Amino acid sequence: MKILLAVTEVATVDDAFEIEGTEIPDQYLGTDLNEWDEYAIEEAVQLQEADIAAEVVTVTIGPETCEQTIRQALATGADRAIRIWDEAFEAVDLLDVSTKTAILRAVVAEEEPDLVLSGVQSDDDSWGATGVALAAAVDYEWAAVVNHLAHDFEDGTASVRRELEGGVEELTTVDLPAVLTIQTGINEPRYASLRGIRQAKRKPLEVYGLADLGLEESVAESRVRLTAMSEPERESDTTVWEGTPEEAAGELADLLRKREVVQ
Amino acid sequence: MSDILAVVDHRRGELRDVSYELISAGRGLADATGGDLHLAVISGTVERFAEKLDREGVDAIYTVDYGEEFNHGVYTQVTTQLYDKLAPQYVLTANSVNGIEYAPAVATELDLPIVTDAIDLEADDKTLTVTREIYGGKVETTVELEGPAICTIRTAEWPGGEGTGTADIEAFEATIDEDALGSSVRGFEEVGGGDVDIADADVLVSVGRGIDDEENLELIEDLADALGATISASRPVVDSGWLPKNRQVGQSGTVVTPDVYIAVGISGAVQHVAGMKGSDTIVAINTDPNAPIMDIADYAIQDDLFAVVPALIEEFQ
Ligand SMILES: Cc1cc2nc3c(=O)[nH]c(=O)nc-3n(C[C@H](O)[C@H](O)[C@H](O)COP(=O)(O)OP(=O)(O)OC[C@H]3O[C@@H](n4cnc5c(N)ncnc54)[C@H](O)[C@@H]3O)c2cc1C
Ligand SMILES: Nc1ncnc2c1ncn2[C@@H]1O[C@H](COP(=O)(O)O)[C@@H](O)[C@H]1O
Repeated sequence: MKILLAVTEVATVDDAFEIEGTEIPDQYLGTDLNEWDEYAIEEAVQLQEADIAAEVVTVTIGPETCEQTIRQALATGADRAIRIWDEAFEAVDLLDVSTKTAILRAVVAEEEPDLVLSGVQSDDDSWGATGVALAAAVDYEWAAVVNHLAHDFEDGTASVRRELEGGVEELTTVDLPAVLTIQTGINEPRYASLRGIRQAKRKPLEVYGLADLGLEESVAESRVRLTAMSEPERESDTTVWEGTPEEAAGELADLLRKREVVQ
Repeated sequence: MSDILAVVDHRRGELRDVSYELISAGRGLADATGGDLHLAVISGTVERFAEKLDREGVDAIYTVDYGEEFNHGVYTQVTTQLYDKLAPQYVLTANSVNGIEYAPAVATELDLPIVTDAIDLEADDKTLTVTREIYGGKVETTVELEGPAICTIRTAEWPGGEGTGTADIEAFEATIDEDALGSSVRGFEEVGGGDVDIADADVLVSVGRGIDDEENLELIEDLADALGATISASRPVVDSGWLPKNRQVGQSGTVVTPDVYIAVGISGAVQHVAGMKGSDTIVAINTDPNAPIMDIADYAIQDDLFAVVPALIEEFQ
């Protein structure tokens, strides 16, 4: 089977940061491969090693700077990568779920994968919605928050476990083709080997704009607009213990003695 | 177009708390738009659920008696059909594991914009303003949109709807296309049992990703020994296989309410907090002053856990 992996680079914020308007200046931001996508990549690579997946293709909507992050997926085993970007995105400060869905839908139409894997959510924007929205757009079946996937795919179905709240798992059978949104903990993501990293440099990474996918520029304009950004209001009455680590530890020790946790 | 349609959540015979919270969130929006609040109850013992949900501010409840448990295909089909019938301005669902398994599909089917995990909602004649968190709760944003939309609400952000209502309860004749249902639920399984039940502990030393390496867990064990406490953890520590699943605190782990909860190197993501906010006294040790846990805690030490924890162990030797 052929697997399409939706992979995204996420922004991380430093401990100390500032907000300017609806933006955090670049100097306070870092980048990372989305944690959930790491698990999706590992799952795809395991299916490849088991000779179930014949081809694993990644797709990312993002600027050129995210290529280093995408190459991590190639270094762990994905065969090739697709990156979508367009000038039309430079002016927008938010990619909403409908925009991402419209773009990924065009890629699915082109690649015709049997299985699409995404993460449950992106660590920065946390929409937690792109995978399921995409499934409906391409008329695939789907399952969200998958923390186990059986590797036999009998009768054209996938047998999954969905992680519900409160330590309950749902056992579900899903027809293929399908989109699965992968939950952390489903496997143990590997580190790329040096050989993998070297090979990744030679693996194909195709870049397309909106027109290449037959999409209008207006796709970039999300109907959801970002209008304000702030640090959450601190209304709590937290007591912060200042001083050296020893002094702060002393305060905590006093509290624990007072609460008779320890004598 | 000014009505609100809220689709409630239930599982294994019980309405989930967020269903009542959807009533308050929905009523708030309906007051702002000047419309009615409609609820939809899909699958399960719908009449029993509808009676419980008939609280103040609910105008109508539509029941769809089809199947027992949540199936995203059924929920997607019914919600789109109800949308066609009622033409609501906004559709609300829970941002639960099941909520996020059909709300985005409804958005696609109806070509509606979707905003997930709302913690506040405001509306006027034409604009919906949604407050939500990004970067793991370190930053709050508002987003706006015009026209109809679908929105999922965060659990435990709105009070549960109260009182008794006078809603019209009506069976809605949905047409379920069974051939289009491509997934089926085979059953449920309780996971995460084992030797210890962290819910029983009076004192929990809870360790998060800040511990950095499995080897460093020894430090946490020493602290737990010194305090006679039980060790629990946030999700990444369990995902990495450093501690078993039965130690995980949170939405998909165990809900705990100890006398003292010491969060060491845990940021306080909403799914973690869902499992520990009922603790009597919360202490956080974290280098990041902006980590949400520093707000939730009663006492906080903003410092390196590798300096603070050894000093604390020292105190008890
Ligand atoms: C559907 C779903 C269900 C989930 N269920 C759960 C759940 O049940 N339980 C759960 O915990 N999570 C759950 N999560 C994951 C959750 O969103 C967070 O990713 C997770 O809680 C983060 O864990 P953490 O705080 O340990 O790690 P991080 O968020 O990475 O935080 C690590 C913290 O350690 C601090 N730190 C780093 N180094 C040091 C140091 N030397 N000294 C002191 N502090 C330091 C950092 O400042 C940071 O605040 C769920 C997510 C989803 C989508
Ligand atoms: N820019 C993107 N490019 C490719 N895939 C994405 C992008 N954003 C989100 N996804 C996929 O959708 C998942 C959920 O993201 P979100 O709905 O944004 O929380 C991620 O784990 C990715 O698999």
